[in-house]
Amino acid sequence: MTETTSGLSLHVPEPAVRPGGQPNFSNVKIPAAGAVPRPDIDAAPESMRDLAYSIIRVLNRHGEAVGPWAGTLSHQELLIGLRNMMRLRAFDARMVMAQRQGKTSFYMQHLGEEAVSCAFRKALSKGDMNFPTYRQAGLLIADDYPLVTMMNQIFSNENDPLHGRQMPVLHSAKDHGFFTVSGNLATQYVQAVGWAMASAIKGDTKIAAAWIGDGSTAESDFHSALVFASTYKAPVVLNIVNNQWAISTFQGIARGGSGTFAARGLGFGIPALRVDGNDYLAVHAVAKWAVERARRNLGPTLVEYVTYRAGAHSTSDDPSAYRPKTESEAWPLGDPILRLKNHLIVLGAWSEERHQQTEAEIMDEVIDAQKEAESHGTLHAGGKPSVRDIFEGVYAEMPDHIRRQRQKAGY
Amino acid sequence: MTRMTMIEAVRSAMDVSMGRDENVVVFGEDVGYFGGVFRATQGLQAKYGRTRCFDAPISESGIVGTAIGMAAYGLRPCIEIQFADYMYPAYDQITQEAARIRYRSNGDFTCPIVIRMPTGGGIFGGQTHSQSPEALFTHVCGLKVIVPSNPYDAKGLLMSAIEDPDPVMFLEPKRLYNGPFDGHHDRPVVPWSKHDLGEVPEGHYTIPIGKAEIRRPGTQVTIIAYGTMVHVALAAAEETGIDAEVIDLRSLLPLDLDTIVASVAKTGRCLMVHEATLTSGFGAEVVSLVQEHCFYHLEAPIIRVAGWDTPYPHAQEWDYFPGPARVGRALLELMEA
Repeated sequence: MTETTSGLSLHVPEPAVRPGGQPNFSNVKIPAAGAVPRPDIDAAPESMRDLAYSIIRVLNRHGEAVGPWAGTLSHQELLIGLRNMMRLRAFDARMVMAQRQGKTSFYMQHLGEEAVSCAFRKALSKGDMNFPTYRQAGLLIADDYPLVTMMNQIFSNENDPLHGRQMPVLHSAKDHGFFTVSGNLATQYVQAVGWAMASAIKGDTKIAAAWIGDGSTAESDFHSALVFASTYKAPVVLNIVNNQWAISTFQGIARGGSGTFAARGLGFGIPALRVDGNDYLAVHAVAKWAVERARRNLGPTLVEYVTYRAGAHSTSDDPSAYRPKTESEAWPLGDPILRLKNHLIVLGAWSEERHQQTEAEIMDEVIDAQKEAESHGTLHAGGKPSVRDIFEGVYAEMPDHIRRQRQKAGY
Repeated sequence: MTRMTMIEAVRSAMDVSMGRDENVVVFGEDVGYFGGVFRATQGLQAKYGRTRCFDAPISESGIVGTAIGMAAYGLRPCIEIQFADYMYPAYDQITQEAARIRYRSNGDFTCPIVIRMPTGGGIFGGQTHSQSPEALFTHVCGLKVIVPSNPYDAKGLLMSAIEDPDPVMFLEPKRLYNGPFDGHHDRPVVPWSKHDLGEVPEGHYTIPIGKAEIRRPGTQVTIIAYGTMVHVALAAAEETGIDAEVIDLRSLLPLDLDTIVASVAKTGRCLMVHEATLTSGFGAEVVSLVQEHCFYHLEAPIIRVAGWDTPYPHAQEWDYFPGPARVGRALLELMEA
């Protein structure tokens, strides 16, 4: 007897809920804070495979720091961390407003992801190099990069360090360990590996950090980066920020849910850790572990930060068209700023009053920076980069054909 | 001076550069221990060690992407794509990254890399071992594009490329690796040892990027060529008896417009020759510039001889490759116009 079949069918993953539905994160399995062990820095990758499938967490629901990953930061450092996250959030809010007012063409905020880049930066040393995406400005803020300079870039004004050539938020700051951001996704991931290989070739002690989102792990450069990092044992931390969404596409389309993003490192023999991306202490502890591992020439580490993109993808995006409006409120790992704030209050190092006072101070700082930046112009008003700047810097020396075009343009 | 093939000249350029500058690193597929499928890197790993010359995974975007990161750190990678036909997976890294890093970061970061790749046909390489993709690079602002036609130039230009502060695409016509080739596939191969330009200094020297060379002075017509087609053009000039001036561009981007304009202004006739397919090929750019700058000197329409607008076939190699007969017919046509 021959078997009958009704024919093949294509599987197209769908998120659990769409607009109008009740947010549902029952598929996100959250272990208790402190439950995941902390391996020795030089542990063999195969001895820590479980870490790619769990979530390293330090802060529990009572705001206490618990377990083997706790204790990497002093109270003072935690207060700085809180302040940096608050500065990033305030900065974002002002820039979204500035975009709505036509002062810039575009902006991308970090809402809900502030802990990832702010805490990671504190695990690096001077001279280390990040290869960020467009959603890691916390690396700059936590390194005290001037807010005015960031805004000058966002406003493309006469003081824009990139002379008006780049879209807003695609910063470049070599002195702050922040590689020039490209619009092309994932390209920087493999470049980070090359930078780390160079440091190793020269016998240096500097390490690199690569950054990518969940959606972009589907790009081929993600795979190139992993194989090169593994082959040459490059001193690089391979960060994946899993914020559940790639514009309108839920992480299942990048094949999240088939294991974890962290687990992809295991096939390359790269130790992989999964961490609560909204837990400033956990992010820092894991980053410190991975950075130390790289610096001790023990090779690359893959880190998946489990978080949630609470804001719109960009100022050109409306998330209510593809996900429930209240989904971010239902996110089980909460808000990174609130969680660190509560922790500091539990420690007795912070209070509601001081928090409010600090919020006001930060708003003043950001508004002052914005006033100064706007005095140098915004996209459509005031000081602008020169038309001459279009033609400069394509090459170290301007070739004749570009010089002729510059002259034709009247400059 | 010593006699070198083009492969030996390319290898010598890397050898001398690695010896002079410890930031020069060489890597690619089969480039390390084995010395490259064309032997271009033979002996470099043994001489400079595995961290200066090494094998890479089969990932063109990985090779170019890591080289960009190394350059951002401060190294000067000279990397190899095994065949120009296989550069496409790295095209994103080449065009959106390497070419733009200086511009988009306002010089905060730079990308001094060289991407070597064997190019061109005439070796029964079929569709994916014969392509000439230079026009896909000359259309990209921020890149420099070089195609040498002989050992002397190959070494001098490659050393310039390695020392250049910007990314350089270095396309090596593989048909010329062992000897000059004028398209007469039915004749015995002439080795570089019998050619003047096979005389190559052993030490350091450079040839400026952006400068063409007149290979044969002439008065009746200007032939503009590069790579293998320089030798085809020279043969066609001899065989037709037309007193053609043959310009070897060497550098496609930046282009030596002055040499071209001076020649066409003198001869009044212009023939553009390349192996790459015709439509939107690099010849279209040259022809456009010639008509723009030499319009009142032209006595005939500019003609292009190029590969057909088809993928590079296998069995029909010599009906595809623009040999001396086709170039010669175009010369006669130009003179009659």
